[in-house]
Amino acid sequence: MLTRRITLGGLGAVTLAGPGAMLARAQDKAYIALISKGFQHQFWQAVKAGADKAAAELGARVTFEGPDSESQVDRQIDMLAAALAKKPAAIGFAALDSQAAIPLLRKAQQAKIPVIAFDSGVDSDIPVATAATNNLAAAALAADKMADLIGGQGKVALLVHDQTSRTGIERRDGFTKRIKSAHAKITIVATEYGGGDHLKSTEITKAILQAHPDLKGMFGANEGSAIGVINGVKELNRKLVVVGYDSGAQQKQAIREGRMAGAITQNPIGIGYKTVDAALKAIKGQPVEKVIDTGFYYYDKTNIDQPEIKAVLYD
Amino acid sequence: MSVATSKPSLLPGMRLSGARHRLLAFTSLVALIVIFSLTAPDFLSTANVIAILQSTSVNGVLAIAATLVIITGGIDLSVGTLMTFCAVIAGVVLTYWGLPLGAGVLAAIAAGAVVGLTSGTCVAKLKIPPFIATLGMMLVLKGLALVISGTRPIYFNDTPDFAEIAQGSLIGMVLPDVPIPNGVLILFLVALVASFILQRTILGRFTFALGSNEEAVRLSGVNTDRWKMAVYALAGGICGIAGLLIASRLNSAQPALGQGYELDAIAAVVIGGTSLSGGRGTIIGTLIGALIMSVLAFGLRLLSVPQEWQFVVTGAIIILAVYIDILRRGRS
Repeated sequence: MLTRRITLGGLGAVTLAGPGAMLARAQDKAYIALISKGFQHQFWQAVKAGADKAAAELGARVTFEGPDSESQVDRQIDMLAAALAKKPAAIGFAALDSQAAIPLLRKAQQAKIPVIAFDSGVDSDIPVATAATNNLAAAALAADKMADLIGGQGKVALLVHDQTSRTGIERRDGFTKRIKSAHAKITIVATEYGGGDHLKSTEITKAILQAHPDLKGMFGANEGSAIGVINGVKELNRKLVVVGYDSGAQQKQAIREGRMAGAITQNPIGIGYKTVDAALKAIKGQPVEKVIDTGFYYYDKTNIDQPEIKAVLYD
Repeated sequence: MSVATSKPSLLPGMRLSGARHRLLAFTSLVALIVIFSLTAPDFLSTANVIAILQSTSVNGVLAIAATLVIITGGIDLSVGTLMTFCAVIAGVVLTYWGLPLGAGVLAAIAAGAVVGLTSGTCVAKLKIPPFIATLGMMLVLKGLALVISGTRPIYFNDTPDFAEIAQGSLIGMVLPDVPIPNGVLILFLVALVASFILQRTILGRFTFALGSNEEAVRLSGVNTDRWKMAVYALAGGICGIAGLLIASRLNSAQPALGQGYELDAIAAVVIGGTSLSGGRGTIIGTLIGALIMSVLAFGLRLLSVPQEWQFVVTGAIIILAVYIDILRRGRS
């Protein structure tokens, strides 16, 4: 380990021999540039925290950047271009639009800079590994919990953020397929899309509840959808089992108060940590798993304060 | 013709103070480049310089469009979403209808000009304040881009030449060591043409005159409405070019993007010394302003300045630039 780091440092110093003499010390550690889909949301801050943790523990220098909103594809491309100009030892990348990023990713490949995809992955064979939540399995776990909580039979409905994003599709399909294959007495009466918007999701929930007076449970597939479901249930003063996804202050509060039965949380810290870990392995030429499952948990009133859950929840 | 008589007294003053400010903006640009090249080792690397130029091309073209409207004393908040709308139009023509490349290019520019003309009509004929008219247009276009595209990106996979508009490099074919992308050439070409229009044509003269004293121009018997509409239409067409550039660069029309880009464009205009109260401004200043914005962005990134602080620094520079503009006006 020690010798490896020295070799790396030596290499860094040689490549930077020109103008970078004064930066040689900073180059002792491998530099990994992470380009994310965002940076100001709590979820991305948690990913960053995980990356920083790995950098400190495993010995790397990490920067973390992302555009203001997930629509700014060109800004993300600019960030990737700037990152490439810094000649990083590896790049971690969560693509907003894989196709738009391909020319730059090819440049990284030509420059022999390994690319690790994280969160949603990159639709291409350039990344050496992808560190992401297995959304299908996570949503299937939500379906199992829902089935337990409503007693294995009755009507349920899904409120999903959208039908185009990978997370939307996978969470919907993961939940639906599990219900159909393992819980035959449960019927899914509605699958609606609220854009992850709190207000819109609330209105849709109320419409579903009014259409199905005997509804026993609802699954909200991301933070905004889950909060919409809780709000709708509350405004119509109904009682049913709500299972959510992700965390956030409102969702945690609802679970503590019993208005939400429980929720799936991804492990954003794990996403950040494993991305940096995989990047370091790739830099050293060690084998890296092609698909790295960064893990997920189901949390409810009983375990919300346990340390391993608390660490991956955010406000 | 009071325009003719007021022209000599108006323009030399503008040129003088404009030149001073341009010099100042240019000095700031050089200073930033010197500072960054001393502190960030890779700042002057070919890859970074090309990335900066590439990134300037879209904002630069948008800022040129905004400059024209701002010189008339107006404002165009719709440049960002108009760019997106035009990109989507190109996507529809090329990918959905399968028409040849030239048709897509023409359609995007024509769509921009038509929308610009519509905004101009709202401002000139319906007397809606430019801020409101173009704010409304910004939202209309944002919505239309989403509706027409079905809220999904439209990819240009069937027309591989389309990506060459911004990503290809004619210069690189001659000089392989400096593969400056075509998008940058297009930016400079648009700047040259816009500069020529402003300095050498009657449309340019009326653009300045509208911003200096519209009433005087109108009273001298000029159909100001018509010239104003022409300026907005021209700006719209330029936004169409920006739409082609961004779509070509991303090899896709991204319908959700665009809002907020008008602010970057206006910031570049202001940093470049164009007065928001109209009547004064230059294209070269705007070009320098746009370069300052992207040099700052890339320089701060290269120095690994935390993203939160990048906003603070960029914002402070914009305020400083406007303050200098005020000082300059106080003096002249």
